[in-house]
Amino acid sequence: MPSLPDRKGHFGIFGGRYVAETIMPALTELEAAYRAGRKDKAFRDEFHDYLRQYSGRETPLYLARNLTEKLGGAKIYLKREDLNHTGSHKINNTLGQALLARRMGKRRVIAETGAGQHGVATATVAALFGMECRVFMGEEDIRRQAPNVLRMKILGAEVVPVTAGSATLKDAMNEAMRHWVTHVRDTFYIIGSVAGPHPYPMMVRDFQSVIGRETRRQILKQEGRLPDCIIACVGGGSNAMGIFYPFRNDGDVRLIGVEAAGLGIATGKHSASISAGSVGVLHGSKSYLLQDDGGQIHEAHSVAAGLDYPGVGPEHSYFKKTGRADYVSVEDGEALAAFRTLCTMEGIIPAMESSHAIAYAMKLAPTLEKDRIIVINLSGRGDKDAGIIAESTGGAADGTH
Amino acid sequence: MGRIEKTFAALKRKGEKALVAYITAGYPDLETTRALIPALEKAGVDILEVGVPFSDPTADGPVIQAASQAALKNGTTLSRVLDLIAGLRGTVGIPLVLFSYYNPIFSMGSTAFARRAAEAGVDGVLVVDLPAEESAELRRETDPAGIEFISLVAPTTGGERVGKVVKASSGFIYYISVTGVTGTRGPELDETRKSVDVIRSMTRLPVVVGFGVSTPEQARQIGSAADGVVVGSAFVKLIGEKTGSPDLVSDLETYAATLKAALRRVETT
Repeated sequence: MPSLPDRKGHFGIFGGRYVAETIMPALTELEAAYRAGRKDKAFRDEFHDYLRQYSGRETPLYLARNLTEKLGGAKIYLKREDLNHTGSHKINNTLGQALLARRMGKRRVIAETGAGQHGVATATVAALFGMECRVFMGEEDIRRQAPNVLRMKILGAEVVPVTAGSATLKDAMNEAMRHWVTHVRDTFYIIGSVAGPHPYPMMVRDFQSVIGRETRRQILKQEGRLPDCIIACVGGGSNAMGIFYPFRNDGDVRLIGVEAAGLGIATGKHSASISAGSVGVLHGSKSYLLQDDGGQIHEAHSVAAGLDYPGVGPEHSYFKKTGRADYVSVEDGEALAAFRTLCTMEGIIPAMESSHAIAYAMKLAPTLEKDRIIVINLSGRGDKDAGIIAESTGGAADGTH
Repeated sequence: MGRIEKTFAALKRKGEKALVAYITAGYPDLETTRALIPALEKAGVDILEVGVPFSDPTADGPVIQAASQAALKNGTTLSRVLDLIAGLRGTVGIPLVLFSYYNPIFSMGSTAFARRAAEAGVDGVLVVDLPAEESAELRRETDPAGIEFISLVAPTTGGERVGKVVKASSGFIYYISVTGVTGTRGPELDETRKSVDVIRSMTRLPVVVGFGVSTPEQARQIGSAADGVVVGSAFVKLIGEKTGSPDLVSDLETYAATLKAALRRVETT
């Protein structure tokens, strides 16, 4: 595959830079700073040092024996991004962007967050590097991801509630962009996904690619070969792109992105932008979107706040269009069931987002021979989701009524 | 010569500055928009920006956000806005500029959009989130259709980039006098003056200034530094306050006339 994006930030017809003129110069400046940083060995070394010493990388590639045995098919490995500091893969990217912000002399950072994982990871690096931090979060998400709101506040960040629209991730991103337009001269916007205007999709992908590079090394060591299948959940798509990207030229490795089908694609209450959307422009790039005939964006739905977004990163759209990756979807109920399975069978509490990937693997594994290998990106831990589990079972976190 | 060019030429002869008004189409409803456009022309508005509502207006402040939401709720679409303009073209002579985010236009398709906009009598298009770098897809269709592509220049736009932006622009240049979203605070006069001079050194297109202008005094001051003044959120806010009142149209007319009066005798400095 060609090296993408092109000079203007396009992945085929996707990506680009669809923003107000006020922030165009900031994007050019950011791109130049990032390209210089990427070439600078000292910058790269410092980034990897923080990943190792601060976040605890590398994360294990764990063979889930009980789950494999129960499903009776392919061998299932879990890439344990949940074991990162702050409890998800998000820290890989926020460390990279915060180091870049410091290099650019910016002392204020802002972020949008859905599940709160990116918000917590941003608040964490802001504390680490002595930066002022403001996180925009929809009120609905503040309610359903309360533990993460508390964590951000403890870390010294200001959490700004967003009430517009469905009061979820899309609206948080709108508000973060408005804040950025107003404070662009001294503020660094740490976007949490492989979305937004160029250079974000490329930059976030690069910072997250450590997941896939490690996975490749680990599976070669543990199995002596590459996996048959890599499965990851896709909201904006940063954990998926992070694990997919280093395998993009390995044609035999099937890449599967799992979107949130919410209450079911047919109900219209879902977040499956690639599976059920069409091409459009939102939040600075061209990609698949959930929208009506007139180009107005639909509100998404998912039990997982981090997937509750009507768009997707442009490189995923490109992977879809070129056939390099397949995109499927699983419903809220299937994700909840997968969540419980992993908790009780492996003693691992997965994030509700990652549970979507597990749910699809649980469908796929039994259809494959026992000598096949599946890797699931377990992108985050699910402590934050205790409230959602309690709600879904009528009050009891253990699933009993 | 297109309507926009003629308008600025006529204003220059009269020694006046342009009053460019913005209203969100469909707010509070399309019937009101239909009544407002000729009324604003009568009151002395020189160019009207007709805002196409969008679900996620990331460059707008609270006033236009709320108006857009209300307009969408009552079923306003780009297609209906174009129909409305087509229906008014027989009686309205001032230039009409569509002010939109890109996705509604992209969704219609640039070919269909350019054809329908030209047929409706739209003079120009200003797409907030479509910088010069991404505009080829649309302009391939709108340029041959005779629709001006109006560009924004911001306080953050550096000298070299100003040249690139104005070179790719037609109709007029819209200088955003505030680093921020629409309708939040007033412009800073000295900085505006300097920036307009920079732009003028690079283009012969007229330069209008907007974002945060609401009073006749502000309009006069800004008008002294530019070829025209854009007033947007203040109109939309007044529409909101007068919604339900039988005086809505006449109150807007009075407000526009007051602003225009301040732009009739402007000392150019």
